[in-house]
Amino acid sequence: MASPSPKSPEQNEKSKQYDRQLRLWGDHGQAALENGHICLINANALGTEIIKSIVLPGVGSVTIVDEKIVSEEDIDSNFFLEYSSKGSNRASEALRLLLELNPAVQGHAVQEPPDQILTENPEFFKSFSVVIASSLSEKTIQDLSQHLWDLNIPFILCRSVGFLGSLRIQLKEHAIIETHPDNEQVDLRLDVPFQSLADYLNRFDIDSLDLKDHGHIPWIVILYKAIQKWQITNPNSWPMSRKEKNEIRVIIQEFIRKDENGIPINEENFEEALRAVNTALLPTFLPVKIQELIYSSSATNLNKDSSPFWIMCSALRGFIEAEGKGKLPLLGVLPDMTASTEHYIKLQNIYRAQAAMDAEIVYRKVQQIVAQLHCESISETDVKLFCRHTHDLYLIKGSCIATEYQLGGPVAAYISRYLEEPDVMMVHYILLRAAEMFRSEHYRAPGDWEPEGDITKLKICVTKLLSDISCSPFPKDDHIHEMCRYGGAEIHSVSAFLGGCVAHEAIKIVTKQYKPVNNMFIYDGSSTNTATFTF
Amino acid sequence: MSSGETQSVNDYQQRKWQHIRKLLERSGPFCHPDFEPSPEILDFIMSCCKVLIVGAGGLGCELLKDLALMGFRTIHIVDMDTIELSNLNRQFLFRKTDIGLSKSKCAVEFVNKRIPGCKAVAHHCAIQDLDEGFYRQFHIVVCGLDSIVARRWLNGMLMSLLQYNDDRSLDQSSVIPLVDGGTEGFKGNARLILPGMSACIECTLDLYPPQKTFPLCTIANTPRLPEHCVEYVKVIQWAKENPWGATTQLDGDDPQHVAWVLEKAQERAIKHGITNVTYRLTQGVLKNIIPAVASTNAAIAAACATEVFKLATSCCTNMNNYMVLNMADGVYSYTFNAERRPDCVACSNTTRVLELESNATLQTIYDKLCEDQAYLMKSPGITTVINGRNKTLYMASVKSIEERTRDNLKKKITELGLFNGAEILVADVTTPNTITIKLKFDENIDVDMTR
Repeated sequence: MASPSPKSPEQNEKSKQYDRQLRLWGDHGQAALENGHICLINANALGTEIIKSIVLPGVGSVTIVDEKIVSEEDIDSNFFLEYSSKGSNRASEALRLLLELNPAVQGHAVQEPPDQILTENPEFFKSFSVVIASSLSEKTIQDLSQHLWDLNIPFILCRSVGFLGSLRIQLKEHAIIETHPDNEQVDLRLDVPFQSLADYLNRFDIDSLDLKDHGHIPWIVILYKAIQKWQITNPNSWPMSRKEKNEIRVIIQEFIRKDENGIPINEENFEEALRAVNTALLPTFLPVKIQELIYSSSATNLNKDSSPFWIMCSALRGFIEAEGKGKLPLLGVLPDMTASTEHYIKLQNIYRAQAAMDAEIVYRKVQQIVAQLHCESISETDVKLFCRHTHDLYLIKGSCIATEYQLGGPVAAYISRYLEEPDVMMVHYILLRAAEMFRSEHYRAPGDWEPEGDITKLKICVTKLLSDISCSPFPKDDHIHEMCRYGGAEIHSVSAFLGGCVAHEAIKIVTKQYKPVNNMFIYDGSSTNTATFTF
Repeated sequence: MSSGETQSVNDYQQRKWQHIRKLLERSGPFCHPDFEPSPEILDFIMSCCKVLIVGAGGLGCELLKDLALMGFRTIHIVDMDTIELSNLNRQFLFRKTDIGLSKSKCAVEFVNKRIPGCKAVAHHCAIQDLDEGFYRQFHIVVCGLDSIVARRWLNGMLMSLLQYNDDRSLDQSSVIPLVDGGTEGFKGNARLILPGMSACIECTLDLYPPQKTFPLCTIANTPRLPEHCVEYVKVIQWAKENPWGATTQLDGDDPQHVAWVLEKAQERAIKHGITNVTYRLTQGVLKNIIPAVASTNAAIAAACATEVFKLATSCCTNMNNYMVLNMADGVYSYTFNAERRPDCVACSNTTRVLELESNATLQTIYDKLCEDQAYLMKSPGITTVINGRNKTLYMASVKSIEERTRDNLKKKITELGLFNGAEILVADVTTPNTITIKLKFDENIDVDMTR
């Protein structure tokens, strides 16, 4: 049968393959991911599970750094090593099996220890979007984290021992425009209607509408009219208190048409207006966190190296102080509501047009700044995207992992606060750190051979760590004992859980969408608990 | 342990399982009270324990890998689907050359090859094609499905395997634990169900978000969103125009069908001033596509695998009993104790009671079964026993019976021979079993006592 469909705007192969994730981060997020280059240090089970969930969605390229030779124990818990891999280099073997997952991804194996790269070729790390590492020694952790901090390269350090896991994200500064909040702010401006909105709303006279139209006007009109009526007796005020809101509800009830028996007719748009009284009467305001952003020194002291984010923040400040009269650019999104197509689309277009005008002004300000600074231009699309999300802009200013190893610093004080009334998840952090210290001193994991003998030795490490942060020793040895029981074992499902999380956070960082963990995440597979701390 | 058993352990791909041994052969302060460390536990996992994975998709692929690397060898996996291109962004056991092949078979072949000694078995069929005898053979069932109806059916199957002692106490040996995982975009959940002992799927139906539907009058008369335009073409225009002839159903996987719907939906959108009707949106509405990404699936499947491992080894207490994971804003999890419904349709060993007025019609019963949070059925078939004979009151699944019984819906239940205390038998796609429900007439209403 001939196709009834003359033109077939079929998606290309890539859009089809990535369809389910493109619905989460869009084509521009995918493009960012495809430009990303991830570096993994150490291809243990945790490492390969991370890379698996980054290769599948189509990252640009991965580099695996690992000088070790595949051992029997490695193969035990790692899906991306085969028995025949035994004796070969771990980076090359893991890379070979990981790249099978997605031919679009480029890969490189570097058979050198990270310490050697740090001393001989420190520039090596410059080209990566994110560096991810696990199973590092205490010294390498400190050297590498400091180096990546100086280079301003995002770094994720992770650990998986027994039922415990952790991931620590080191970001100097990370700005997110598209945070994808669960509940997006509504921005209707009923308290401060812009001219075209006021003109539109004032055109309505609810009492003179015919019954069909009466049931088809958007609740925004109804609510606005109710407020206007309320303001006759309450001039220059805005309904804020519960009592005042109830007065608005009464007015809306009065608007509802009655049938010949005086029974109110069920009109869905009026029901929606009544429900909206709770949520839509919040006055338009400039969120504090956005104020902080636009008046921070990064936004006020621009130079030609300033990032597009700060340039746009500066332009945003210009808009708010001038044309915006203290308000953000209009969001321009109208939630769905019961209304006729005509009324709804008309109102939607009014919001959209105003939002486009606001964004246009911001864009012109961006262009002025770019011209003054002689820096790289910023596209109109980028500015529009920024304006569409100004309510939910988010900035992370992180800390260097090396600071966790410094005595008496703010991080030590922070950790000790959580240990006063012992937060078991913070206890896990201490144990993971103590196991690392044990490894540096004894060149093996605590409990590697047999658990009981190492309890005392591990306890010395724990006590040292605790005294460094001015904490008293743990009253019981149970967590120390448990760590010795693990004997450095890597449980596949624990690494797989953490691997999913780390990959996920790396993708958030590369796509600059969604808020990543800020900045220490602990997982306990035995209790199925997780916790986030901000070091 | 005999040398033969030791041999079988070591044979498993010559792996020494050093990592898992440490957990299973050593005691710790947080172990389950019944846990006795021993090499026999690993031997049990490897030689005796039978696990069923339901679904070989995003979660199923991960689960198969996870369990195989945790020492499980006898793993069955059931899935009726074949591999599509859009699976490859997360279902990591499949390649482009596998498109069109059976998911369960491909997954099993890959894992058995990668981990020699693993004896995974594929079942390329619907879960409903397998009978009680099949399900009864497993120690643990772990489920990674995207369909709520299938999940409910499987739940019902495991509940129907429960046996009760003479004193109405539960026969523990008939309990097959169910570990259930689900994801949607950056969110997911993992839970543990001990049939007859902890909350089951039917106990917690209210945890599922209500299905997003658009009222027909909006679609037909007052479209406002691009989705409304696509729904209009799907629900109304396709049946009216039948572009590929009256016998061809709209298929969201057929690119030509999607293109046709897109074109018509765009026409409608332009007519009404609506924007942003795209191919991606059209397909999303037609197929009710749920976003999915490798990382969330990996994390949820791993959380499920950890619970399976705990169940099989007792090395650690299980989660109690429902974990939600949200990876959209940082990584956040919350574990809570979902509670049983004392009158649960599936897992309580009591007769269900439906309260209604004595002058109710059969339609009232039908609607209650579809809308009441305790049932939420899709198209219940209702029968009863009158004077020892089965009588079908209404059944939509068979066309001829539907036509014959349609008029009954309007009739009062008392006209159909039902009375206060009468029992109806209800069958539905959400359960493998027929459910017996006792009718209880509301006493506050002036009862027309015909009996």
